[in-house]
Amino acid sequence: MSNLNAVSFREEQGRYKGIFAWIFSTDHKRIGLLYLYSIVSFFLIGVLLGAAMKLELLAPGKTVMDPATYNAIFTLHGVIMIFLVVVPGLPAVFGNFMLPIMIGAKDVAFPKLNLLSWWIYVFGAIIALSSLFMGGGPPDTGWTFYAPYAFKTNTNMLPAVLGAFILGFSSILTGINFIVTIHRLRAPGMTWFKMPLFPWTLYGTGWIQILATPIVGITLLMIVGERVLNIGFFDPALGGDPILYQHLFWIYSHPAVYIMILPAMGAISEIIPTFANKSIFGYKAIVISTLAIAFVGYFVWGHHMFTSGMSGTALYTFSLLTFIVAIPSAIKVFNWVGTLHKASIQLETPFFWAASFLFVFMIGGLSGLALGALATNVHLHDTAFVVAHFHFIVFGGVGFAFMGAIHYWFPKIWGRMYNTRIATSGWIIFFIGFCTLYLPMFFLGVTGMPRRYYDYVENFHGPNIVSTIGSWVLILGLVIILTNLIRSAYKGEKASKNPWGGRTLEWTVDSPPTLENFEEIPVIDRGPYDYRKNPE
Amino acid sequence: MNKHSDNHIVPYRLYIQVLAGLIVMTILSVAITKINLDTLTVFAAILLASIKSALVLTFFMHLKFDNKLLQILVISVFVLVALVLFITFLDYNFR
Repeated sequence: MSNLNAVSFREEQGRYKGIFAWIFSTDHKRIGLLYLYSIVSFFLIGVLLGAAMKLELLAPGKTVMDPATYNAIFTLHGVIMIFLVVVPGLPAVFGNFMLPIMIGAKDVAFPKLNLLSWWIYVFGAIIALSSLFMGGGPPDTGWTFYAPYAFKTNTNMLPAVLGAFILGFSSILTGINFIVTIHRLRAPGMTWFKMPLFPWTLYGTGWIQILATPIVGITLLMIVGERVLNIGFFDPALGGDPILYQHLFWIYSHPAVYIMILPAMGAISEIIPTFANKSIFGYKAIVISTLAIAFVGYFVWGHHMFTSGMSGTALYTFSLLTFIVAIPSAIKVFNWVGTLHKASIQLETPFFWAASFLFVFMIGGLSGLALGALATNVHLHDTAFVVAHFHFIVFGGVGFAFMGAIHYWFPKIWGRMYNTRIATSGWIIFFIGFCTLYLPMFFLGVTGMPRRYYDYVENFHGPNIVSTIGSWVLILGLVIILTNLIRSAYKGEKASKNPWGGRTLEWTVDSPPTLENFEEIPVIDRGPYDYRKNPE
Repeated sequence: MNKHSDNHIVPYRLYIQVLAGLIVMTILSVAITKINLDTLTVFAAILLASIKSALVLTFFMHLKFDNKLLQILVISVFVLVALVLFITFLDYNFR
């Protein structure tokens, strides 16, 4: 497959030079990297805001900031991390880079639309963050913009809401692109059940992006209508219903959790068989559970609203459905563990991330069931327990999978290897920091510490100190990981085509891939994780 | 996989019948507002609108003649929307 004249997508001379060769490129790999650099930049801002919050909670009373600043900081942390980092996260970065290669295509179905979606993402991010620099300051409502407070606060709600609205378009366009790509551009012979699992999860995600995102778009426009034109949708003073806002918001935002976690599960499903040197256990069960999560995930939004005053019938229904959605997730975990059973495991950094993903994802998932039960929810609602739960899922699940994915595909993307010893040390420190940061929050929540409070009573002091120290350890781990990766991208040893012994198509192309990935589109005659016979 | 239908020629008569059906249902959806259906008012309006859009999709947008996979996808999307609405009304109708 290698062509002596072929240069990698990084060296390819297109119509433009310098930075323009990137920001106007329609190559899916360059767009994936544009997303990566933007998302990592926003992630670092989000981390600093999170660290500032933990610093404030180091001691009761005012430590480093006043309550209003704290409110603005947790809102910004949430808006940045959710809308700018985790929702686009894996699909936009690794989906863009890897999807066409993994299904044997030269690019996505609509390359120009793909570039447009990145531009919309940047535009939306600028609008959302512009609220920081306007009189009135950033919003202080929390990332959920709950009514009726969202209509009464004097902070800059509109830019944040409009930013989120614009970002939704980027998500929809990416979803359309991926669905069409998967339907139309699979290599000859790649039937649906010969497709690797990461593209499968992108397919499920694409449908959620297309069908759920417009709902939040309309809802955010309704906020604008209410604030600017005084139309009574949600504000009781105008004849609206605040719970309707919560319904509409969570009809999108709960499936959005699956936009975040499904591709993360896909990345883990790629890493585990490669490092277990073994076919994935229960391929079809994983595919079906992916689609089941995508489908059932639409119907559980009400579990965010158990104490809001919904009818009893709705409460029981949402609780039951929440328990049902746990089943396909558990099936996947069972399959991953089943794959590792009696495997000859290569203990490399991506595997450590995947294994720790299983650990934190299980804690996050099981604590989710505690919250999905009606009675315990009343006690735990809006406490630090909820914060711990969703950080275990969103940061633990998506974050760890992202880290695993970047360490897994690093040689393919940059064509170089990283220092595995430093990478593994970074992982250990990060993992210890993560657990130290978030585990005490479960305890704090159960004992009654509310979330989103800048102050607390003396009883909560000890676990808060531990948690804040955890945030410093986590940041140390992060610095080690990032420094190692950035350094290795420039100075690392050259990587071969297939350094880990993976069987999916991306490991058959050059590292880094050429502009069109494949010199000749491959014909597929085997399953994606066929470790029984050596294909080389 | 995708032969995108073998150029179906649909007789004008069928289009006119569908059009007539749509007009009748539009009149019906106005007329039904005169009857007090209580909590079912919204349901009746949504039901009529759904039948109308199903007719448009099936005949005017040629879904009937498209490949099976697309038919399944479109139907699934409508089932999904119906379920979301149904569950939302489990709250509003039982408060």
